[in-house]
Amino acid sequence: MTDRQELTDKLSPLHQLHVDAGASFTDFAGWQMPVRYSSDLAEHHAVRTAAGIFDISHMAEISVTGAEAAKFLDYALAVNASAIALSRAKYTMILDESGGIIDDLIVYQNAPGEYLVVANASNRDVVVAGLAERIQGFEAAITDGTDAVALIAVQGPDARAILEATDGLTQAPEWAMGHTLDELPYYACMGMKFRGSALLVGRTGYTGEDGFELFVDAGQAADLWQALTAAGEAFGLVPCGLAARDTLRLEAGMPLYGHELGLDTLPVQAGLGRVVPLKTKTADFVGRAAIEAGPAADARVLVGLAAEGKRAGRADYLVFDGDTEVGVITSGALSPTLGHPIAMAYVDPRVSEPGTELQIDVRGSRIAATVVPLPFYKREN
Amino acid sequence: MTDKTELKYTAEHEWVLVEGTVATVGITAYAAEKLGDIVYVDLPKAGSTVAEGKVVGEIESTKSVGELFAPVNGTVVESNDAVAASPELVNSDPFGEGWLIKVEFDALPALLSFDEYTALTGE
Repeated sequence: MTDRQELTDKLSPLHQLHVDAGASFTDFAGWQMPVRYSSDLAEHHAVRTAAGIFDISHMAEISVTGAEAAKFLDYALAVNASAIALSRAKYTMILDESGGIIDDLIVYQNAPGEYLVVANASNRDVVVAGLAERIQGFEAAITDGTDAVALIAVQGPDARAILEATDGLTQAPEWAMGHTLDELPYYACMGMKFRGSALLVGRTGYTGEDGFELFVDAGQAADLWQALTAAGEAFGLVPCGLAARDTLRLEAGMPLYGHELGLDTLPVQAGLGRVVPLKTKTADFVGRAAIEAGPAADARVLVGLAAEGKRAGRADYLVFDGDTEVGVITSGALSPTLGHPIAMAYVDPRVSEPGTELQIDVRGSRIAATVVPLPFYKREN
Repeated sequence: MTDKTELKYTAEHEWVLVEGTVATVGITAYAAEKLGDIVYVDLPKAGSTVAEGKVVGEIESTKSVGELFAPVNGTVVESNDAVAASPELVNSDPFGEGWLIKVEFDALPALLSFDEYTALTGE
């Protein structure tokens, strides 16, 4: 057994609660975040069957304001920002001139004419720098609010009932942008009230289950976490770490930056061509020409792989078609929900059709794997 | 109940129980905790020859893969079939039912004491 202790400096506003709960921590993009509280598998299953609560305060929140905020985002990002209605959100990307992915993002119009860009912790600096560079000439401003905001995700079939049962968390019609909690659509947001203060609640997540993400002032985060946890107890809500978050998102076929997404990848290779609305978006944006040109015909594409047994292919393991190397795994694990190994991999287009039989090199031995459609897991309703 | 202070340890987080010329080997609670939920173990079969410091098995969790190093030179006399069938035993009882292999050895190398090992992990 080998182990390497990372020294990190950034701590979530909820850090002490995690310490008190006995969490184990991991370094994630310079943040010390809970990797698990007790059991990765128990946390994973809780989200699939009841609910889990995650601290994802390491994620970056960047506000975009000003008369030309939408116009600026149209230019800076792949999304058709001008078409995002008030209270709605879109999954998108910030691309470089070559169409490579600098980061994947969620953009909300969280108040009239105001946008909230949520970026990965590992890309906070490059996203802020990229936006700052692209804002020249637009009447718009960006503010990196990450350090003032905590982000709490409540995910699972009982997530809504838990929010409704949380003491002090109330609907606030004046901030709700026309929504109620029970009717809040997927990828929409509304303002709510927690003990008198406003917070933003999005119906978004990274687990493949119904759920919410709550953006709350750092100073109120601990109180909100405790209130949610108290309300969730009767439902079987458990605190979940990044380990469970990773297996949940993998089963749901959701990409992770640095694994499935990167500067050398065009969105269409990752199966995310739909994220760049070339047909409906008329505005120019950084990367547009490269996206229109598309990748080389033989550029590798992302697929799902399923195998039998218990040995999982993992990131960086090679994929073979007989003696020929045809790809590489970007994420893989023994699926806790399905009970067999699953992986996402970039493979040559000629072996990307579902049903294709391939082999994974697992530390020197080959295991059979079949190309399958993504996601591996889809909730029933 | 195994008395952890009586066991020997390696810097790779194995524990070793010496009884005569047979060493029972497992991984420590510290190692199991770091790995997370263990879902698969690959252990050498009885009769295999193992060499001190060499990788002889793998311990996989949902998150990662840990390697099992042989703490002694010798021959495997038994590997734990119960753990192969129920890898979670390594998490629930790492010093007991979660043992991994028994190795018949000729000479015992220098191993860490309990105090030396706990100084290493800082726990």
